[in-house]
Parts: sequence; C-alpha cells; structure tokens
Amino acid sequence: MYIIVVGGGKVGYYLTKELLAAGHELVLLEKDPRRARQIADEVGSIVLARDGCEGKHLAEAGANRAAIVAAVTGDDEDNLVVCQMAKHHFDVPRTIARVNNPKNEELFRHLGVDDIISPTRMILGAIEQDIPVHELLHLAQLEGGELEVLEAQIAAGSPAIGRRPGDITLPDGCSLFVLIRDEVAQPIRPETVFQLGDKVIAITRTDCEVELHRELIGESAVLEAS
Amino acid sequence: MRAIIVGCGRVGAGIAERLARSGHEVTVIDISTEAFTRLESDFPGSAIRGDGTDEAVLRRAGAAGADLFYALTEGDNRNILATQLAYETLGIPNVVAKINDPVRAEAYTTLGLATICRTRMLVDALAVHAGLPSEAGSQGISQATGQHPGGDHPPRAVSPAAGTEA
Repeated sequence: MYIIVVGGGKVGYYLTKELLAAGHELVLLEKDPRRARQIADEVGSIVLARDGCEGKHLAEAGANRAAIVAAVTGDDEDNLVVCQMAKHHFDVPRTIARVNNPKNEELFRHLGVDDIISPTRMILGAIEQDIPVHELLHLAQLEGGELEVLEAQIAAGSPAIGRRPGDITLPDGCSLFVLIRDEVAQPIRPETVFQLGDKVIAITRTDCEVELHRELIGESAVLEAS
Repeated sequence: MRAIIVGCGRVGAGIAERLARSGHEVTVIDISTEAFTRLESDFPGSAIRGDGTDEAVLRRAGAAGADLFYALTEGDNRNILATQLAYETLGIPNVVAKINDPVRAEAYTTLGLATICRTRMLVDALAVHAGLPSEAGSQGISQATGQHPGGDHPPRAVSPAAGTEA
C-alpha cells in the first residue's frame, strides 16, 4: 500500500519508521530542509523536502496513486489543506488528519477528511475516566452551613432510575427540590419518574449527605469516591 | 453590515478602517496586540486579540451572525481554515480568503471559496504595465466556482454590494 505522510515532526517521524518496518511503501514530505535531511539520513531517500500543502508537491510525491495521505503536522490548518488537496485534486481514497484543537474535529469531518485523530481528545478522555463523575456537587450553603444545596447527576447504576420520589427513602431534613431534564428545570412531583441523565437539586442537612448520595448516586460510587 | 476581519496587517487594518469609517460594525482579530498599532487611534470598530482559526475566539468576537468575513493573515492555510470555519460552522454568508499561492487560490475557488490572490493581481498589473494583455480572472476577488465540500449550500457568487456580481 502506498502512503504519503506529511509533516516530519515527532509524530511523522515515528509514523514513518513504523510504517517502513511494517513493509509499506511511503514518502514523507517535510518542508523544513534541515529536518528532512536529518530524517533522510536515518530512513533513506523516501523523504522529500517539500511543502505537502502545495498541489504540485503532492503530485510529485505521487498522490494520484496513494491509498492514504496522513497529515500529521503540528498545525491544524496545514493538515486540513493537505487533506482537502489530496481528496479533491488527487482522489485519494483515505485522508487522515491530526487535529490539535478538538473543536476542529467536526469541521474537518464535514469538509471530507476521512479520519481525524485528536491527541488532545484522547488524553482528555483518559483523564476524564479517572475523575469520579458520580459525585454530589455542592452548590451553596444555607443557614450558616447547617444546610446545603446539592446537585446529583443520575448516572448509570443509580438506584433512583425508574423510581418516584415516594419510593426513595430519605432522612428528615432532606428534600428533593428541582429536577433538571434536557436543560429544563421542573418541580419534582409525586408522579415524577427519575431517568438516566437527570440532575436533581436537593436541599439537605449536612449530616444527611451520605444517605442522599446512597439513594441518588449509589453505594459503589460512595466507596469509589472515598 | 457586521464584518469580521482576521489579520490586522496592512491589508486587514486598511479594510477595517475603510469599513468602520463608512458606518459598518467592524471587529478585527489578530494574535498579536502589536498589530493593532496599524489602526488609527480613533478606529471606530473593535479589536480583539486571539487566534482567528479558533472557533471559540471567533464566537467570542461575535462572528456568529456576521454578514461579512475576510481572512487576511499572512498564512494561506490559516486563512483557508478560518474562512471555512466562518462559512460552514458559523454560517457567515460572505467570506473571502486571501491566498497568496496562486495554485492553492485556484484550487480553493473550485472548492467553493471566494479568494483573493495578491500574487496574481501584482503579476497581472506588472504584465499590463509592460504591455502584455491582462489575464482573465487576475483582478480582484475570484468568486467560488465549485460546490463547497461541506455540501448542501450552493457557492455564493454575489458580493455584499448588491449588483456587483462577478
């Protein structure tokens, strides 16, 4: 399979080495001649000191017979232009762009880039997995700290899913106050049935927080969080 | 009319001044505050420091709902990204990208972007000065000829000044 890699930074360099080791035919375009020479010294003459954003350089690199063009420079705008030129002027079947600003992912996809790799998004995902989301959010304190206004997100595993307020045993001094569903606040009525994704605003005595947590968020999460 | 201008170089500052002094609401964006010294001290528009290829910055500058968007930085690719963001994501009807590389400019007009290419304009002006015939399409803005890859809307061929269709 013939592959064109654009951008000889760290990502492009290691990508090139891995692809070569896997036996692929490829060309690396790196516009900085010094960097290009440096990589060429190691991997051989498959490195062209050319700007992959320019159509004539893509043509020179044989874009019309490439199965894949991977744009992995550190600049989103360059990666977009490489993929658009490859797609629309050379009919490359598969274009891959590295995207640094996660907000650009949707636009790039919309503009016809086939695969979008966002290191930022991946690291963000890894971090978010470690943050306990099954927590009570403290919104405010009332009566000099005796009472608290809390928000509980009804997540998967919550014992409250499918139940009405009357089915939930809460200690005295703890009341469920408002429900936020689909970004709309509504009062909690006796016939309300809690669903996945609901947010419940509660007012509680500080010492009832553990029970509230158990009823709305669940037992296991309490252990995880503590 | 509400205009967003990305890049406060000589061209960006120049058109920002002209538009603002003709009573239009102008916001100019540049990554360097230094660039804003090119604006007159009594510039009647707003100047915002930020990356004009960043959707969050454009939204903060009030680009959503603007009528006109010019990307005039020194980077062709930055201008290409900014205009496509403006057009596709923010729905600004009239966008122009300054693309100094003639090949890329041509490529993007066929991809549905209106472009302005300084290189072609200067070459043509000098050629005419030397007594050669002017090349068609080398003057002013090249209107989009093709369908933008974002699809579902036709290329816009009308400039905001009604009746000056290319």
